[in-house]
Amino acid sequence: MKLTLHVWRQKNSTAPGQFVRYEANDVNTHMSFLEMLDVVNEELILKGEEPIAFDHDCREGICGTCGSMVNGLAHGGHKGATLCQLHMRFFKDGDEVWLEPWRARAFPVIRDLVVDRGALDRIVASGGYVSVPTGSAPDGNAVAVPKPDADRSMDAACCIGCGACVAACPNAAVALFLGAKITHLGSLPQGQPERMDRALKMVARARQEVFGYCTNIGECEAACPKEIKLDVIARTNRDFLRASFTRSPEAKQVAG
Amino acid sequence: MSTAVMNLNSNRASRFYDTTIGKKVVMAVSGVVLFGFVVGHLVGNLQIYAGADKVNHYAKFLQSMPGPLWGARIVLLLCLILHVWSAFELWLLTREARPVAYKKKSNPNSSYASRTMIWSGPIIGAFLIYHLLHFTFGTVLPNGLARLENGDVNVYQNMIVGFSQPLVTLFYAIAVSLLGVHLYHGLWSMFQSLGVSHPSYTPRFKQFAAAASILISVGNISIPLSVLAGFVR
Amino acid sequence: MQLDSRVPSGPIETRWQRRKFEMKLVNPANKRKYTVIVVGSGLAGAAGAASLAELGYNVNCFCYQDSPRRAHSIAAQGGINAAKNYQNDGDSVHRLFYDTVKGGDFRARESNVYRLAEVSDNIIDQCVAQGVPFAREYGGVLSNRSFGGAQVSRTFYARGQTGQQLLLGAYQALQRQIAAGGVRMFPRTEMLDLVVAGGRARGIVTRDMVTGKIETHVADAVVLATGGYGNVFYLSTMAKGCSATAIWRAYKRGALFANPCFTQIHPTCIPVTGEYQSKLTLMSESLRNDGRIWVPKAKGDKRAPDAIPEAERDYFLERRYPSFGNLAPRDISSRAAKVVCDEGLGVGESGLGVYLDFAEPIQRLGRKTIAERYGNLFDMYALITGEDPYRVPMRIFPAIHYTMGGLWVDYHLMSNVPGLFVAGEANFSDHGANRLGASALMQGLADGYFVLPYVMGDYLAQTKFDKLDPAQADFRETHAGVESRIKRLLAAKGKRTVDSFHRELGKILWDNCGMGRNAKGLELALAKIPEIREEYWKNVIVPGVNEEFNQSLEKAGRVADFFELAELMCLDALERDESCGGHFREEFQTEEGEARRDDENFSHVAAWGYQGDGHRPARYIEPLIFEYAKPAQRSYK
Repeated sequence: MKLTLHVWRQKNSTAPGQFVRYEANDVNTHMSFLEMLDVVNEELILKGEEPIAFDHDCREGICGTCGSMVNGLAHGGHKGATLCQLHMRFFKDGDEVWLEPWRARAFPVIRDLVVDRGALDRIVASGGYVSVPTGSAPDGNAVAVPKPDADRSMDAACCIGCGACVAACPNAAVALFLGAKITHLGSLPQGQPERMDRALKMVARARQEVFGYCTNIGECEAACPKEIKLDVIARTNRDFLRASFTRSPEAKQVAG
Repeated sequence: MSTAVMNLNSNRASRFYDTTIGKKVVMAVSGVVLFGFVVGHLVGNLQIYAGADKVNHYAKFLQSMPGPLWGARIVLLLCLILHVWSAFELWLLTREARPVAYKKKSNPNSSYASRTMIWSGPIIGAFLIYHLLHFTFGTVLPNGLARLENGDVNVYQNMIVGFSQPLVTLFYAIAVSLLGVHLYHGLWSMFQSLGVSHPSYTPRFKQFAAAASILISVGNISIPLSVLAGFVR
Repeated sequence: MQLDSRVPSGPIETRWQRRKFEMKLVNPANKRKYTVIVVGSGLAGAAGAASLAELGYNVNCFCYQDSPRRAHSIAAQGGINAAKNYQNDGDSVHRLFYDTVKGGDFRARESNVYRLAEVSDNIIDQCVAQGVPFAREYGGVLSNRSFGGAQVSRTFYARGQTGQQLLLGAYQALQRQIAAGGVRMFPRTEMLDLVVAGGRARGIVTRDMVTGKIETHVADAVVLATGGYGNVFYLSTMAKGCSATAIWRAYKRGALFANPCFTQIHPTCIPVTGEYQSKLTLMSESLRNDGRIWVPKAKGDKRAPDAIPEAERDYFLERRYPSFGNLAPRDISSRAAKVVCDEGLGVGESGLGVYLDFAEPIQRLGRKTIAERYGNLFDMYALITGEDPYRVPMRIFPAIHYTMGGLWVDYHLMSNVPGLFVAGEANFSDHGANRLGASALMQGLADGYFVLPYVMGDYLAQTKFDKLDPAQADFRETHAGVESRIKRLLAAKGKRTVDSFHRELGKILWDNCGMGRNAKGLELALAKIPEIREEYWKNVIVPGVNEEFNQSLEKAGRVADFFELAELMCLDALERDESCGGHFREEFQTEEGEARRDDENFSHVAAWGYQGDGHRPARYIEPLIFEYAKPAQRSYK
């Protein structure tokens, strides 16, 4: 089948970008979306043009590297799938496909469809961990973890950090990503000692990175390739509220 | 990195408010108060169906307690300011957070109500001003505020006069519908912003929000419509 | 060259304990004076970098991904082994040690494997404390499952995403150290060469993948935790960015490369559909618990699978290995599938595939039970292939999955180049000729959390370091070498893309140095590879310039190294005149077609040393001595 692609091309973070039209003439329905781009790129290279830059790595939906807006939907909008898992049989001959990078101030474009998601790492660095130096852990079964808690934690921990939630949010909020980490660690006994500080630190960091605000509308939940649920955001709010009113100013000073 | 870097030395309240969640909490709490007012206001006004004496007596009763009345007015005004101010700041932040818009963007999951809060809000605000000029100050009533023989405001008569104009009624219907739309998302969102969420209760919150917003819209629209249709005269 | 493995003497149970005591320590106040480079941020790299920083060393950590959280350890599905014996089923450190040595077909170093089994328990404790959401029983205790090659239940798991969760634990520890200033992270930065100065590994040369800037980093020690080299085959289950460049550059700077031909092929991957295929997706081995593997008995039988009657199907694993059946180990199942496909019995458009059929178990157990056990895997299969595995049998084919070979290291994880440590899949040490399921994660974390911190201190405390600066000759030359290589690639301006060369190389290697190998094929490959490599440098086309984000250039450099590595793999496979684990030489098999090991002549590690371009590398030997796990023939009949 044949497709018409409109791809955002931008040489680097400071250069202006624009959409460029390409024809993909020989698309096989068994291809993944990224393989289709590979084929387009091979042709571009042979014609002496620069290939489309796009981020990708594992190509099995777990590393979180890939991701672009396909026709206005993060990862192409197929439920529970990243862009690398989107297959061409979901398209029809003659379709027009618009490809855009994630757009957020916190995700500056590096080139074409590639963005810098370092802000997500910095949010984790601000408090998304349990402070347990190597060697200081008690036996794995020393603390029993109720199965429902472990399951809830795992539901949130499966976040792959792809940034689709930010990209799909009309406000470019990072609430779902943040909530996933807060819920992952906050659901387990091991995450309790730092739970309040974690909420304060991570929420403050998200603000510094200039993400937007959450209007509880749920576009992130729909875009999330790991189907993380909106209630992780309520949990962040709950922890943050509690921390704001219960932590002593000194503790918060440290947390800030 | 940011145009609004956190000031670590500022006090608890301002640090709280500086985060997006802090602003949302302010918006939610002020929203709760305003929602309470909307409910009370509707209940009071529905007395119109009980006849002129009843509703006029209710108005008189309120006027008889200037202390609590003004207290409530001040609280409401404060909440209104906080609600609008936090919304305005968050709106600015959104523009800052996504300086380059998408060429194509679809929003398959969110309700129309949730995406238009920032528009339904100001329209309701404008309506509020009109509504005050209409029945509190009487400025836009054809003959000003009607009064009873003892000098008290004839609320009943004012409503009859005010709502006899089809265009005014239409405007009220639209504005109050928008209020319903605003509440439909706002009421549920409030729970979420305050961190009240539970797999088995969250669906109920959503049902509550839907029911409350429909009842409030219908109740409020019924008054001008009844007047216009001549059921209340 | 004499290879000194520095293995402690005495009873195996006490070796690591005693060695830890013998090792020198660095005074806490002096630790911050040392800088350690860690290349790679997977399980071994992130765990090592975080643990070293916790001790007080200055750590510079590099990864090619945009975030350390994306290293390919994240893709591991099944689980991680540990000798906790929580199930009370007779597990012990010694049993885990024995299973691993035996699973590796007696080609691993006993002392290393024993240490691995010993620290496996600490890994679970550490990960639990970090907040890794392992599967739990209703009583709140950790849950276990069984895995291939073991008769006890010792595998800990977090749904089908164990690698992801363990990596996130290590990543979070790493992020904590980054925030604390102990680690400086360099994402989107690729190591392109190792600097050896004064006979020691003292730094690396990197390319900033966003700006193209070539930089030299000086350190007191270098840790390579850069993973495996499976992508040399082009198609593998590895991430697209995985490469051999870091270890290959180290090899060319003098580090020995051990057992390069030991590659693991996983039997259950989704088959290739066409030339455009960019990678292979693994389907968990657990599917073989219920699924039945078969092909039609008649060649060229193009009927739909459900139209082929029972009598005309060949359940070849059940036929050849009646006692293990569909659960025969990875290497054996893979080879059996290759045999039937070579005979022309394969299914699917390409003929490279066998059926993995759930019709019978669905009938016996009900669709619901099967969905509970394998639902997510079935969904993944359906997403990729567009076929419903509840109705149509899955099609599977083996694929390159892991590389047991890697840089040679001693008991201290140090290569023969002093100061160059190699951890995780990048080294050769623990899995011999075949890795058991759920052992890769264990090894990566053991190296990172519990070995590197000790051996690093010992090395730094014992060594007198000269003050170095990047302007001196060793650094300048290495830096210039990297730049000129990039210039050469960009200047070729030929007519073929990097990928087309890579695909061609991969095919040669898969055909001749894949599941089955023979002298004739290996010689053929050894003749062909240099020809294509020569063409590559003349005829490759790499668009753009160095000073920009240039993915073609990144690939071009990696493929150039794959060409050289591929040759060494074939050479190693040709020299090893025996079949063992993942290395199956067709000339060396029993009458029933099983692998025939030659312990008399090949019970050793083959470590190859670079002798200059155009010269045959030198083959050094480290004899393997088995005092505790006595070699025996593996039988799964």
